[in-house]
Amino acid sequence: MNVLACIKRVPNTGAKIVLTDDNQRIDASNLGFTMSPHEECVIEEAIQQADAHGGSAHVLTLGPEEATEQLRTGLAMQADEASLLETDGSEWGPRATADAIANVVREMAEDGTEFDLLLLGNESADAANYQVGVRVARELGLPCVTGIKSLEVEGDTAIAGREIAGGEEIYEIDLPAVITVKEGINEPRYASMRAKMRARNMEIDRREPVGTAGAGSLEKVRLETPETDDSAAEILGEGPEAVPEIVEILESEVSVV
Amino acid sequence: MSDDEFPSHAGTVIIGAGIVGNSLAYHLADQGRDDILLLDKGPLPDPGGSTGHASNFLMPVDHSKELTHLTQRSIEQYEEMDTFTNSGGIEVARTEERMEELKRRVQSAKAWGEPGRLLSVEEVEEMVPYLNTDILEGGFYSPGAGTCDPLRAGEVMRARADDATGGGLTVSPNTEVLDMHVENGAIQAVETDRGTVEADEVVIAAGLWSPKIAEMAGVDMPLTPAVHQMVSVGPISFFEDYEGEISFPVVRDMDTQMYERQHGNDLEVGSYQHRPILWDVEDVPSIEESPLSPTQPPLTEDAFAQSMADALEIVPELLDDPQAGVRHEIDGLLSVTPDGMPLLGPIQDVDGLWSCAAVWIKEAPAIGEAVAQWMTQGWSEIDVHASDINRFYQYGTSEEFVKNRAHEGFQKIYGIVHPAEQWQSSRPLRTSPFYSRQEELGARFFEAAGWERPQWFESNEDLLDTYDAELDGLLRENEWDARWWSPIILGEHLHMRDHVAMIGDMGFGKFDFVGSDVVEYLERMAVGRVDVDVGKAVYTPILAENGGFVSDLTMVRLGPDHYRVITGGADAGGDRAWFGSHIPDDADVTMIDRTESLCTLGVWGPDARNVVQSVTEEDVSHEAFPPYTAQEITVGEVDAWAIRLSYVGELGWEIYAPMGQGQRLWDTIAEAGEEYDIRPVGMGVYGTTGRIEKGYRLHGHELELEYTPAEAGLTFHGVKDAEFIGKEAYADALEGENAATLCTLSVDDHTAESGERRFMLGSEPILDGDGEVIVDDHGRESYVTSAGTGPSVGKHLLMAYLPPEHATEGASLQVEYMGDQYPVTVEVVGSRPLFDPENERIRS
Repeated sequence: MNVLACIKRVPNTGAKIVLTDDNQRIDASNLGFTMSPHEECVIEEAIQQADAHGGSAHVLTLGPEEATEQLRTGLAMQADEASLLETDGSEWGPRATADAIANVVREMAEDGTEFDLLLLGNESADAANYQVGVRVARELGLPCVTGIKSLEVEGDTAIAGREIAGGEEIYEIDLPAVITVKEGINEPRYASMRAKMRARNMEIDRREPVGTAGAGSLEKVRLETPETDDSAAEILGEGPEAVPEIVEILESEVSVV
Repeated sequence: MSDDEFPSHAGTVIIGAGIVGNSLAYHLADQGRDDILLLDKGPLPDPGGSTGHASNFLMPVDHSKELTHLTQRSIEQYEEMDTFTNSGGIEVARTEERMEELKRRVQSAKAWGEPGRLLSVEEVEEMVPYLNTDILEGGFYSPGAGTCDPLRAGEVMRARADDATGGGLTVSPNTEVLDMHVENGAIQAVETDRGTVEADEVVIAAGLWSPKIAEMAGVDMPLTPAVHQMVSVGPISFFEDYEGEISFPVVRDMDTQMYERQHGNDLEVGSYQHRPILWDVEDVPSIEESPLSPTQPPLTEDAFAQSMADALEIVPELLDDPQAGVRHEIDGLLSVTPDGMPLLGPIQDVDGLWSCAAVWIKEAPAIGEAVAQWMTQGWSEIDVHASDINRFYQYGTSEEFVKNRAHEGFQKIYGIVHPAEQWQSSRPLRTSPFYSRQEELGARFFEAAGWERPQWFESNEDLLDTYDAELDGLLRENEWDARWWSPIILGEHLHMRDHVAMIGDMGFGKFDFVGSDVVEYLERMAVGRVDVDVGKAVYTPILAENGGFVSDLTMVRLGPDHYRVITGGADAGGDRAWFGSHIPDDADVTMIDRTESLCTLGVWGPDARNVVQSVTEEDVSHEAFPPYTAQEITVGEVDAWAIRLSYVGELGWEIYAPMGQGQRLWDTIAEAGEEYDIRPVGMGVYGTTGRIEKGYRLHGHELELEYTPAEAGLTFHGVKDAEFIGKEAYADALEGENAATLCTLSVDDHTAESGERRFMLGSEPILDGDGEVIVDDHGRESYVTSAGTGPSVGKHLLMAYLPPEHATEGASLQVEYMGDQYPVTVEVVGSRPLFDPENERIRS
């Protein structure tokens, strides 16, 4: 079973986000780049499913040359192959991205590599459009489930679970299919040092993406950072002594009690 | 300990609450400061500086005595705070060259009083079973090494500081310094985002941010952030059977400039082999902008590739554990200085402002203690002069210089660094007016405090033939011994003794003091009597209150209210700070720095008078110009000033001239000297061969805070009536018995076990007849303070402090060098010169 893991190079979001002066981009010079946490799980899931059922795990991204860093992270995690749809660094919207991915999936199929499972993150950590997976599925005419936190494959069927308030929804879906996953579906591995070394020298398949960055109907005007709450946490007390104050706050300010 | 009230005044403000700031707070409190504000822009206990990401291991043995003693003392402190784990440490060698270096490690361990021994490959394997020993030649074992918890230690020290001050410590985290208020050359207040605090004294202990703080006070600190790459790999199943943080010695893989150390179930792999990656402090992100911390930017992967390969080669089993992966990887930022040493002490252009920066975890507790002692009593128990921030004063603080040297020095961190190794970058920086003439003569330049000084001249190669017989037995056949050295030095020396030589510029610090209170002021500074006749030169120790050496230098009285102080180039910045800081506020004393305005040319040897007289208007006969006096003279067209004295024990003068007339002075003397075959001679003669035969001491080698003039044999001044700094301790030292006395020794037999003849270079331990390192009653090891060949006495000479039971002329001892022991004889106890003991030459 061949699995495609689609990922996106994004700025590390673990710190204050600084914008470039023109408010068009995130200044990532202090942040560094990574992939979305969902997508680390995408790669892990692809590797596990390919291992379990025979076949290969293939990592794909659309992005600039620098995105090979994220592909190599995937290879270091023991993915078998990696492809870069190389852009000039401009930002591709969800529709253009989905078109390009769908197109490369068709291309690869023509070359003899057919994917049984297309895994994507539920949403990217930077733009969070929640669209690419669904659009890829539609473009390719494949069934799709989103927000998946458990996945088993039995024969030609995938059994995918989605957490909902108070329970879980279970879907059965015929393969090939597109599934977008959420963090928690698995515990992504840390790459070993030797695998990182090997990944540095592995060949990356490079292709021109079909389409253009601006394809679609969205135009980015500017980025804004949300206002942050700078107020410091107040320690009310420790142990049982803190109870009265907590009760008071619950009563007066939150109106819970 | 108050956390919320930001004070409007504090006796002492410490900027930076990493391990250094905490240590300072504790030790200052312990020594009596009782109103201390410790602030940091970050939160506690980990404010986000280098302390928070260090690998926290302490390997005590260094070739520097200062660093070794500081680490030993730091281990004691961490241990006492229950924040130290004694794991031991091993430096492994992949090459034979490194094994030689590890022999030198053993030598340094012995000299500085720290246990350490060589290990066979089998022993390495037994201690650290996960190493691939197929690639190793052996190792150096440091049983005292271990790991510490600097964040916990910081907490303990803050609590103790608060105790010691009776609540007088205010800790203010999340407080950013916005400005430093300086008025009338003194620090007044620190402005922060929580308010402005007036302060009597301020210490910058802000790690790699220190230069930024210093800049707010208008001063430069030569320090740059640099990357040290570090990754952590785990969980490693092998470690699961072992409890605690560390059960195996820390391993330094010296040849790849890496270390591997257990940390719980992880293996930390750190590297100094990658290309130097220097940061601009302005680019270091704020705490909010940093995913991990400001000093832990993401790993630069391509720079780490070779390190990974090397780590996999030496610890393959652990790193190939199928469960283990790289869990943490950073470009850890740390502070690097132009020479790799810390920046400590008073910042001389701003009174009350101190530096305590570029300090590693392994030295921080002891450095906090030493700087606290320096601040409170004017001297520290462990002499830290090699870390004095003032050593770069007036030449080595530009960003370009710091960057170049940091770049170059980064590769020396685990390197094999010869004691005489020269820096290559940012040169030439300080040149005397003789420079181009010297370059034409094939001078091999060495650098001191930025000054280019010829060490020897290739143009003197013919002297090797002239003195072929005399040099027999003194030539160095081993490459290490002969590195950064030339036999030409010995030829130059003999030529000077037989004829005449010109030496310069020595890069002296030259400070004039003028004013009606100058006599009183200088009397207070010096052991020697200063109120002498105009024109008289006084060589004198300069002491701290403990009676140890701050410096030794020459003072010349130029007029009733005018003196010139001349001191060694390497110490000029520190001496300037010492003298400047001791001028009383209400005294009529002005210091004028002549360092960059006067050059110095020494003319010495039996024919020196003939040469100088032939071009000098004035009478320079013995009667008209007696020894140890100074006069203005005119040499050819050059208005000069000369002192008749010599650090090489010969008749002659130090001639001082305005820099602008220096080349003319050189040419005039060179031309006049042709008749006498005058030769330019290098600092190899001036600094080593000439002085060591004469038993002349050198600050930083023989003379330190840890030794007294009585021990150094410099008691010729007796105890003068006038008060001076260190008088009481000095007088006591004169009366009591020396715990050790500085002696001159000669090497009896140079033959190593291999049959090769070897020559010691300095810092080797002196052993008694049983092969045990000699230790005096104060716990100080006997070691070679200076080593050098004395061509006129035909021997290789060593200076060392020896306790009374060994300080006997004719006594036989041993010196350990590169793993072998060599017989030596005590030639002189005290300062009597081995060559020309009655100083007839100087007085001729």
